[in-house]
Amino acid sequence: METSERTLRLKSVSYREAILRIISQAGAGHTGGDLSAIDILNVLYNRILNVSPQTASDPDRDRFVQSKGHCVEALYAVLADRGFFPSAELDTVCRYGSRLIGHPTRAVPGIEHNTGALGHGLAVAVGMALAGRLDGRSYRVFTLLGDGELDEGSNWEASMAAAHYGLDNLIVIVDRNGLQITGPTEQVNALEPLADKFRSFGYALRQVDGHDIPALVEALASAPFERGKPSLLLAHTVKGKGISFAENQAGWHHRVPSAAELERAWAELAAQRAALEGS
Amino acid sequence: MAAERYAYLRPGVIDLLKQGTLFAGERRTTRFSFADALLELGGSRSDVVVLNADVSKGMGTYTFAERYPERAFNLGIAEQNMIAAAAGMAQSGLLPFVATYAVFATLRGLDMIRNSVCYTRTNVKFGCGHAGITSAEDGATHQGQEDLSIMRAMPNMVVIAPADDVSTKKAVRAVAAHLGPAYLSLTKEPLPLLYDDTFPFAIGAAVTVRAGVDATIVANRDMVAQALLAAEAADREGLDVRVIDCHTVKPLDEEAILRAAKETGAIVTAEDNVLAGGLGSAVAELLIERGPVPMRRIGVPDTFCESGPYLDLLERYGLSAGHILRAVRTVVALKSR
Repeated sequence: METSERTLRLKSVSYREAILRIISQAGAGHTGGDLSAIDILNVLYNRILNVSPQTASDPDRDRFVQSKGHCVEALYAVLADRGFFPSAELDTVCRYGSRLIGHPTRAVPGIEHNTGALGHGLAVAVGMALAGRLDGRSYRVFTLLGDGELDEGSNWEASMAAAHYGLDNLIVIVDRNGLQITGPTEQVNALEPLADKFRSFGYALRQVDGHDIPALVEALASAPFERGKPSLLLAHTVKGKGISFAENQAGWHHRVPSAAELERAWAELAAQRAALEGS
Repeated sequence: MAAERYAYLRPGVIDLLKQGTLFAGERRTTRFSFADALLELGGSRSDVVVLNADVSKGMGTYTFAERYPERAFNLGIAEQNMIAAAAGMAQSGLLPFVATYAVFATLRGLDMIRNSVCYTRTNVKFGCGHAGITSAEDGATHQGQEDLSIMRAMPNMVVIAPADDVSTKKAVRAVAAHLGPAYLSLTKEPLPLLYDDTFPFAIGAAVTVRAGVDATIVANRDMVAQALLAAEAADREGLDVRVIDCHTVKPLDEEAILRAAKETGAIVTAEDNVLAGGLGSAVAELLIERGPVPMRRIGVPDTFCESGPYLDLLERYGLSAGHILRAVRTVVALKSR
């Protein structure tokens, strides 16, 4: 395994530990979606986005809008690691008086937009991409959507606009973990054939294993996938990834681990770290 | 009554008021005044962009699109995307004006207004036509009779309902200079050209357009014209009525209203908006806590309205100058008890 890949995979283990710590101290959170999205966020913030605490207000910085705002713990873990705010602050998530509330807000350094109501991020990103083009700026706009969130019609309105304006500075990532709060997406409000839908809406589409770090790096670095079209990366993920008993369980959408479950989780993550360090 | 009772009115308006023929004079729909102001603003500020949901003809903003095509965006009949995209543009340093009809922006797009504009505090401005029952012939689906109530409930939103052409244009300039979300409630029906260029517009500053001591009518948007007609009719009955153009519903000019309550002892509010939650509610909430006086509210009752000529609808739903006059008589009588 290459050093850079090992470094990123070790970061993912650390981020998973941070997510579980945040959720257990807060007594609230979205474990399943955090764990399905974290490898994507890892790659974005450590390899793709040209943004850092020093460039957080640079007009040419890449923008990232996390539309699935409920998975804020994953975002907090990555932003703290990247130095946007002190890691010690992660212990205050959801506490009275903390700026780290239960969904993303602009009050937190590094966060571009308040999200949490689903179906906003893509349309906001369309506006940012239109503005970047109008102002002649080279930044790219990335947005991360959940798959359950695709039930919201506003995503499809925004997709029409993205294609109509040929926004190749827009990269939409869908965290396709297959589960939403009450069960499988295909049982709640079927999305398939999802790739075909996105293609027919005018995206240049690629599919990737959303936990394959090198594949994520390669795919995101290659955007735009086609000149003159918005890019869509359909990232196939596992809800609860990395914690065996949480994987693919809709019940872990926003379940908080018990003390016993935490012990198991720490052991599994420690084993993952040891395996990486020995590889 | 001496002409000096009035302030800021154009020449000839007082004569029309006295004759009761205000609507026979020159009129202009404030949605087109809004579009005119955007055209001017676009020349002085390169960050101004105008978005619409396929109603650039209805809102008059096609003129901006013709002059500045690269800064005009027709996002199709898709208000949710339009409003959130405007928020994204504002996040990127542009000054977006969203133009559509009040019902579509404030109802179809409300979640985006609440979260992506007001909660995120993005610098997005709204100009929304067909407010109240000014979209008279179109019927209830197009009559934005609750926009003031809904927008007033949004934290961080400035809510303005200007009464005529001059004040609308000044309102556009004022919201452009204001940092934060703002909503302009505009009409379909052409409104009388009331004011001259001396009309002093500032966000949150109500304007006394007719002096008076016996009662005060607090009105906005299209009801300022009806309030002036009612005051002139009251004058013939020996009642000297103050008229306040309370164009900004939020933040409310509490000082002007408390002063009017104290000095005239009776208040009538007049709005072309549902009685639940609009200007009358705002004034009542203020007075009940800080200076109760006899008060009546004129507004759209708790119903959807039918189609018809605008002035007929004002009569039918209790909004006309005659209804305001009756409310003035009532509060004056209560005052003397």
